Amino acid sequence: MLKYIVRRILYIIPTTIFISIVIFLLIQLPPGDFLSVYTAKAVQEGETIDKQALERMRQDYGLDKPWYVQYFKWISGIITRGDFGYSFTYKRPVISVIKQYLGITIMVSLVTMLFTYIVAIPIGIFSAVKQYSIGDYIFTIIGFFGMGTPNFLFAIVLMYLSFKYFGNPMIGLISSEYVESAWTWAKILDLLKHMIIPVIVIGTANTCGLIRVMRGQLLDELNKQYVITARAKGLPERRILFKYPVRAAINPIISTIGWSLTSIFTGSTITAIVLNLPTQGPVMHKALLNQDMYLAGTWLLLMTVLTLLGTLISDLLLAWLDPRIRYEKKGK
Amino acid sequence: MRCEDRKNNDILLEVRNLKVHIKLDEGILKAVDGVSFPIKRGKTMGLVGESGCGKSLTSKAIISINPDICQTTGEVLFYDSEKNEIINLLELEKDSAEIRDIRGKKISMIFQEPMTAFSPLHTIGNQIMENILIHKMKNKKEAKEVAINMLKRVGIADAEKRINQYPHEFSGGMRQRAMIAMALSCNPDLLIADEPTTALDVTIQAQVLELMNQLQKEYEMAILFITHNLGVIAEICDEVAVMYLGEIVERASVKELFRNPRHPYTKGLIKSIPKMGRKKERLYSIEGNVPLPLDLPPACHFYERCEYRMDGICNKQKVPEIQLSEDHMVKCFLYNNYDNIKQDNYIKQETEAADV
Repeated sequence: MLKYIVRRILYIIPTTIFISIVIFLLIQLPPGDFLSVYTAKAVQEGETIDKQALERMRQDYGLDKPWYVQYFKWISGIITRGDFGYSFTYKRPVISVIKQYLGITIMVSLVTMLFTYIVAIPIGIFSAVKQYSIGDYIFTIIGFFGMGTPNFLFAIVLMYLSFKYFGNPMIGLISSEYVESAWTWAKILDLLKHMIIPVIVIGTANTCGLIRVMRGQLLDELNKQYVITARAKGLPERRILFKYPVRAAINPIISTIGWSLTSIFTGSTITAIVLNLPTQGPVMHKALLNQDMYLAGTWLLLMTVLTLLGTLISDLLLAWLDPRIRYEKKGK
Repeated sequence: MRCEDRKNNDILLEVRNLKVHIKLDEGILKAVDGVSFPIKRGKTMGLVGESGCGKSLTSKAIISINPDICQTTGEVLFYDSEKNEIINLLELEKDSAEIRDIRGKKISMIFQEPMTAFSPLHTIGNQIMENILIHKMKNKKEAKEVAINMLKRVGIADAEKRINQYPHEFSGGMRQRAMIAMALSCNPDLLIADEPTTALDVTIQAQVLELMNQLQKEYEMAILFITHNLGVIAEICDEVAVMYLGEIVERASVKELFRNPRHPYTKGLIKSIPKMGRKKERLYSIEGNVPLPLDLPPACHFYERCEYRMDGICNKQKVPEIQLSEDHMVKCFLYNNYDNIKQDNYIKQETEAADV
């Protein structure tokens, strides 16, 4: 087992390197660079920019070199100095921009995931056990509505409702009066209040999908022979349900934890823009629009590593939960 | 208490007029339609029939573990030796403590598919001990002891190690042995074996049957053995009931049934057993297929396939159950007039010609 884990961790290194090359190439693909976008904007605003100064800046930033030279410069900076490059739009090192947004992004994502699982799994179990009951139908309808409604629309509706009934649209994550203050209970409470709408909006689509998965999986398991065996042993229904079929039905959900985390990271961009959340989505969006390549590249690289780690964690969890997988891995 | 006098009788369980009906959009599927048979203490009752004749539903109905769409009526009278009373198991709530106390403890069950009958996510030991822990003792260590002993008893070598393994590490035959160990871990009065050897290959099948025979003597339990294999019936059973489309068409002791089968269906079944040494002959088969038991008329269901069918009688009237002797019942119009010796002789000749 240990050998398996070590090997899986080692695999991450070449994968990351390969993906980082692809990322860099993709970011460089659109014509122009940060400076040309910058110039275009400036011209639009009626300013004139000295061509020579521009050329000098391009040389300073290394933007005149071919992409692979820039890539090596970037990647060697990361490996040797932990330097992820310079963000042109924010005019400071990428690492400090990321530091500012990463914590809050991870927190929102984790809380959303937690919300998703806490809501989806019990409802999925209920829907499967009481298949075709009124409750099942109601959850199914709500579920499809949740999946079908665009997130940004849902966010706007909730903001409107919040404004109408509580007098506050709950924009952003922290109210203006707390922005500068230290972390007190009042500030935490304020933060939690602000997180309700984003968590519901970002979580709903995933939750509804997960309910369907859980319901379908459990329906499959409920008719398996081993459930009848357990019943013939004289076990109470509730204990049978949670010990056997639920345990088996949850496996596929666990195997998707890895990438569902990153999908929440990246999938919530529009919602975050609408709700004015200080998370990664809008930052990434802006970076791509401005061809702020080091910032965009670093974010994508971070996503890659998170996805790989998430998949590894899922695989390990699955091996821990399902003895059949453990066995195969040992046999290799 | 009813049937006061039967307490001292040798009957452990009696199924009376058991019906399992399933409501479908197309109509009511009478999967089991009025089945009655007794199971004697320490004896083996065989239930034989083609796939889909309702034998499995009958066996599961005894301990009420059929799916909820099955509507079960009738009586299943079980003599509880501990409480010294007769209980109608069908009157108990499906998930009540009373019936759960009987399941797995006094009546336990083994299944056809040893591959899927164990949960793949839990160890064999966990699943056997579970049975012991809910019925017999609370101490986990002792339960493990019992489980190990049971595994040894059913012939699993290295039981101390095996108990911590998962079902996929067991072969099919071993899994069925483990299943038997689990079922017998609480010394049940009755073991229901639902085609326990069907999924096994022939040599393993023989071993498992031998094991069941041995354990039956040792634990003095009764067995309800469900199979479609008459050869297995001949080997292990004391009494046999032949089922066709949800009804028992003939019931007799094993010797009587094989020597003197009366119902045309039973005869067909016995004739279609392949015999050693006769190579060139084409194997006998009963013509036609088992129809779906949807909205069947109250007449003989075997009519379409029967060689002796009598138009106007068999397909028009309800078939009577005829007691030919104390331990031989047949449900067929041919014996309606049992005094009619002429016809009986005709049938006997036919039987002899068939060479049992």
